[in-house]
Amino acid sequence: MSASITGTDKVTLTRPSGARTIKNSLAAVYVTLATVLAIVPLASILYSVISKGFHLITSSSWWLQSQRGITPRREGGGLYHALVGTVEIALICAAIAVPIGVLGAIYLIEYARGKKVARAVSFAVDILSGIPSIVAALFIYALFITVFGFGRSAIAVSCALVLLMLPTVLRSTEEMLKLVPDTLREASYALGVPKWKTILKVVIPTAFSGISTGIVLGLARVMGETAPLLILVAYGQGINFSPTSDVMAALPTMINSGRDQAQQMPGYERVWGAALTLILIVMVLNLIARGIARMSKLKEK
Amino acid sequence: MAKRIDVTDVDIFYGAFHAVADVSMTVEPRTVTAFIGPSGCGKSTLLRTLNRMHEVIPGAHVQGSVELDGTNLYAPGVDPVAVRRVVGMVFQRPNPFPSMSIFDNVASGLRLNGVKNKKVLSEAVERSLVAANLWNEVKDRLGKAGIGLSGGQQQRLCIARAIAVEPQVLLMDEPCSALDPISTLAIEDLIGELKEKYTVVIVTHNMQQAARVSDQTAFFNLAAQGKPGKLIEIGSTEKIFSNPDQKATEDYITGRFG
Repeated sequence: MSASITGTDKVTLTRPSGARTIKNSLAAVYVTLATVLAIVPLASILYSVISKGFHLITSSSWWLQSQRGITPRREGGGLYHALVGTVEIALICAAIAVPIGVLGAIYLIEYARGKKVARAVSFAVDILSGIPSIVAALFIYALFITVFGFGRSAIAVSCALVLLMLPTVLRSTEEMLKLVPDTLREASYALGVPKWKTILKVVIPTAFSGISTGIVLGLARVMGETAPLLILVAYGQGINFSPTSDVMAALPTMINSGRDQAQQMPGYERVWGAALTLILIVMVLNLIARGIARMSKLKEK
Repeated sequence: MAKRIDVTDVDIFYGAFHAVADVSMTVEPRTVTAFIGPSGCGKSTLLRTLNRMHEVIPGAHVQGSVELDGTNLYAPGVDPVAVRRVVGMVFQRPNPFPSMSIFDNVASGLRLNGVKNKKVLSEAVERSLVAANLWNEVKDRLGKAGIGLSGGQQQRLCIARAIAVEPQVLLMDEPCSALDPISTLAIEDLIGELKEKYTVVIVTHNMQQAARVSDQTAFFNLAAQGKPGKLIEIGSTEKIFSNPDQKATEDYITGRFG
């Protein structure tokens, strides 16, 4: 019989020694403490935002009125103007970033997989995903306003956000397409289905929930970006639907416009209300993403 | 409906690697031919060249000719997509499309090739599921997801999907290796029935299976790791399993090798 790791052939089944029990409890304390430390700031942010902003968002005027003509000293008004801006800017951004990102990922995974070009592009996209939003904003400013001579506009903001959203969409779509087993592609080819149809009818439907989750999460991320809004469009308190106008409100800039008010002012309160609304929107988008993922999972059963 | 396959002097390469050397054989219509041999000897690779599926792997190429009733599959101008419509394939692991229902899985080959008529589709689905011995088990839940079935049912679903497009030849790459004995038996019975309409070529690691289902058996071997796989012997299954010409064949079948 060969020697066991304890050096004898005898099997010991007693509880571990005292030193090991202490190490084990120490480790348990450390990991618990780290978790608590990570949660504390998050919980405190949520607490202050909800406690200071919740009473505002329960009124219908908050959702249906703008801040037009309302001074920081006055109560009332709402964030409809900022909501319009945020949704419009996000939709324009998505309309540009989603097709480019998804089609780009399809090219990289389905057509250029393993090739040098694909690896170079993936690497470049990884770098791009790390650029600060202010750099994206200044790049668009330099290109649109300095070089082309356009004015500031919500569209310019959307374009800056595209630079931030594109890498997220592209990378997440790439990962989801990679997860589709090659056996499914082969099964489709073996039925005499051409490659483009295989991608369209087999690969994308299989990866659909993952791709759309990536898109929604990417959208949630860029909705809170502030730097492009500050640089590329002016904040206005009125309602504006035109994305080409140089004045358009959005939630981050609404928060920014009220942040230097004195603490007791209603205008200061509205900052918290807007912050809470933004968090709610991001939360809803995350729930939608989870919903999409779950819906397609249920279908499998 | 079924077609004859003539493989002549075929060499298969993956890039610079010579995977299969100098194979010639004939597969008669409405017969089952089994490919046996150790792993890495090129059985699956050769099978895949019969419908140009090896081309999915970058760098794979073929020399020699594979003729389907006299038409060379590797002649210039031949569309691999068209070849695969005529020569269907069932894979080692059941691979139903996870985004589709049972019905849609079976109908996928026709639908993706442009058939839209609902009546034609539902008739083809029923016919194929009946032929795959799966109809009675799934007829009440055609709208349910294909991957909700058991492994053996999934594999029969994949066979139904492959025969729904009415190919001339059906290639099977170890179709039972992921299945339990009962499901295996169901598939083997099915192969016996499919033979009446299709030319079937099956790769298997299971000697008894080859003996049970096939009319003709081809034994492949390779001299050493890294050397190309070769066709050692091909003949009627009865002869290969009782009185093979080559000693290597006998050794492999009886379990004396290495």
